[in-house]
Amino acid sequence: MSEQPQLLYKHRHVEGIARLDVWTQNGGYESFKKALKMEPDAIIDEVRASGLRGRGGAGFPTHIKWSAVPKNRDAEHYLIINADEGEPGTAKDRDLMNSLPHLLIEGCLISMIALRASKCYIYIRGEYVEPWKIVQKAINEAYKGGFLGKNVLDSGLDFDIYTHLGAGAYECGEESALMSSLMGERGMPRMKPPYAPLPQIKGVWDRPSVVNNVETAATLVPLIEMGGAEYAKIGYGSPRSRGTKLFSISGHVNKPGIYEIVLGTPFREVLELAGGMKDGKKLKTYIPGGSSMGFAPPEPLDYPFDYEGIPQSTGCLGLGSGGLIIFDETTPIVPLAQRLTEFYHHESCGKCTPCREGLDWLCKVYARITSGAGQESDIDLLWDICDNIRGKSFCPLGEGAIWPVMTSLKLFRDEYLSYIRTGVDALPDLSTIGGPSGAKH
Amino acid sequence: MGKFDDTVKARLDELISRYPTKKAALLPALWVAQEVYGGWLPPAALEEVAAHLGLPEAEVQGVATFYTMYNIKPRGKHAIEICHNVPCMALGAEQLIQHCEKSLGVHAGETTPDGMFTLARVECLGACCNAPAVQVGGTYYEDVTPAQLDALLETLKSAPSEVEAPPQGQISETGRF
Ligand SMILES: Cc1cc2nc3c(=O)[nH]c(=O)nc-3n(C[C@H](O)[C@H](O)[C@H](O)COP(=O)(O)O)c2cc1C
Ligand code: SF4
Ligand code: FES
Repeated sequence: MSEQPQLLYKHRHVEGIARLDVWTQNGGYESFKKALKMEPDAIIDEVRASGLRGRGGAGFPTHIKWSAVPKNRDAEHYLIINADEGEPGTAKDRDLMNSLPHLLIEGCLISMIALRASKCYIYIRGEYVEPWKIVQKAINEAYKGGFLGKNVLDSGLDFDIYTHLGAGAYECGEESALMSSLMGERGMPRMKPPYAPLPQIKGVWDRPSVVNNVETAATLVPLIEMGGAEYAKIGYGSPRSRGTKLFSISGHVNKPGIYEIVLGTPFREVLELAGGMKDGKKLKTYIPGGSSMGFAPPEPLDYPFDYEGIPQSTGCLGLGSGGLIIFDETTPIVPLAQRLTEFYHHESCGKCTPCREGLDWLCKVYARITSGAGQESDIDLLWDICDNIRGKSFCPLGEGAIWPVMTSLKLFRDEYLSYIRTGVDALPDLSTIGGPSGAKH
Repeated sequence: MGKFDDTVKARLDELISRYPTKKAALLPALWVAQEVYGGWLPPAALEEVAAHLGLPEAEVQGVATFYTMYNIKPRGKHAIEICHNVPCMALGAEQLIQHCEKSLGVHAGETTPDGMFTLARVECLGACCNAPAVQVGGTYYEDVTPAQLDALLETLKSAPSEVEAPPQGQISETGRF
């Protein structure tokens, strides 16, 4: 088995680590102190050397995003932390906030130095009341401890962090929609470059703004501690996938949970880390990184699980948010694909036609198939509707919505056909999925 | 008569002070209003928010209706929200929902006649590794079996209603928040 150094989770199981005193006793805020002695651009250089890519879903190189922020303090710059975690299958940011709130705050502080920002908003999804309370409590402690506030540690710099609670909208996780929501608007995405200025130039309140995921910010702490070059040495796969990443592993495995895994670890080992297949059943399919990534075939197993390996070896969209969902041989795929389509339809913000109308149509075709009235031509119809959404939606929600449909059509065409040909009789009773015989209880 | 007394207004002003614009305090203000109005946002609540933030009522309503956690209609004393997205579905969420429908005698989306429970299907709660997951107010219950759910319903009957989500500023220690 490959070694799995724990960078983010190093202190995950230390008793009381959510408290400031325990955090500092375990080396907490040392990376921040180190960063305070560095020039902002030197921090960005470390991030460049580390190869860190955003952990929120898109995998965009963090240093490139950061480099576009003006190199002065003429206007207020904002760091916005995306803690909206809504991608089905993703539970890592919740665990990070619940267990290591000071890791997040320290990561925000380091990012703020690099971005020449003195204000940060942590946008937490409305359901996350517990993580919100824990993070807010840690922020309060950090103010008392002198890590937040005016002239922090005599640096001459001011740092403020605020929490902001969302109110239930998956689309608000998309960064331009999140900025709209933070400003008190409906969570609708905005025009992007080249049709609009970069958010790093004109973001929230028309000020330079950077949106980063919770885990991306947290990663800054070990990264600055060890230095970018050292961080870049970690990885078993692609030279473009460096470091460790949190994976929420759910579904039919013996030990579901959040795991910190070195990028590029063979998928077979990832599965073993999670205890292997539940009840010794066979792997049927899996979603590698959150529902928008689509379904993967059960073979191959020996490929590097990282940003490059996943799309190359599975035909899925990519690593996404790290929400790995495992399904055993007994799982019916069509109702799952239907549920996901209904999810995206429900969450579509309605701004653009391909997504709004296309998803409505997809849902209707699925309903027809699972009510036993499907026709064989429905398979091509589903595909055509996806084709019409592909590349035409205003934001990536529409694009993500069609991946579970298209990949399931590719991998499980026969299953669709058997429902269509046999009618309702072939359909499973949903209440038997994962029921008492199959559930872990 | 409005329900925003001086204490509520002071809380709103503190929230407003965190942002460069008053409008940015709209989401937090709606949370406060929902708490003050007992778990939902009747038109009077939206009016009060609009007045305090100096925003047109139509705008406040447009925002409030966009987000699913602001309740435009009253709900039961306890909202039982069961996640039905695929990781939970793979581990028995449908069974749990059907069981709960039987126990409460209502369908998902409905409220029991005594006004005690609203049952709702919700999307991924970010608890997929402990599926199936249920949320009641601000509290998560994970790895829930039908029997545990029944026990929970029993306990809730005599429990006070939990505010959907406490608004920011409530857990002040330093006076700053
Ligand atoms: C529909 C949609 C939902 C998203 N949800 C989230 C989310 O919940 N959390 C997150 O960090 N990024 C989410 N993203 C990605 C963000 O737009 C953005 O890329 C990310 O927050 C940037 O941070 P990073 O570079 O640190 O990854 C979502 C994107 C889309 C299109
Ligand atoms: S693709 Fe269009 S309708 Fe769908 S969420 Fe994005 S902007 Fe809204
Ligand atoms: S799917 Fe139920 S919590 Fe994620």
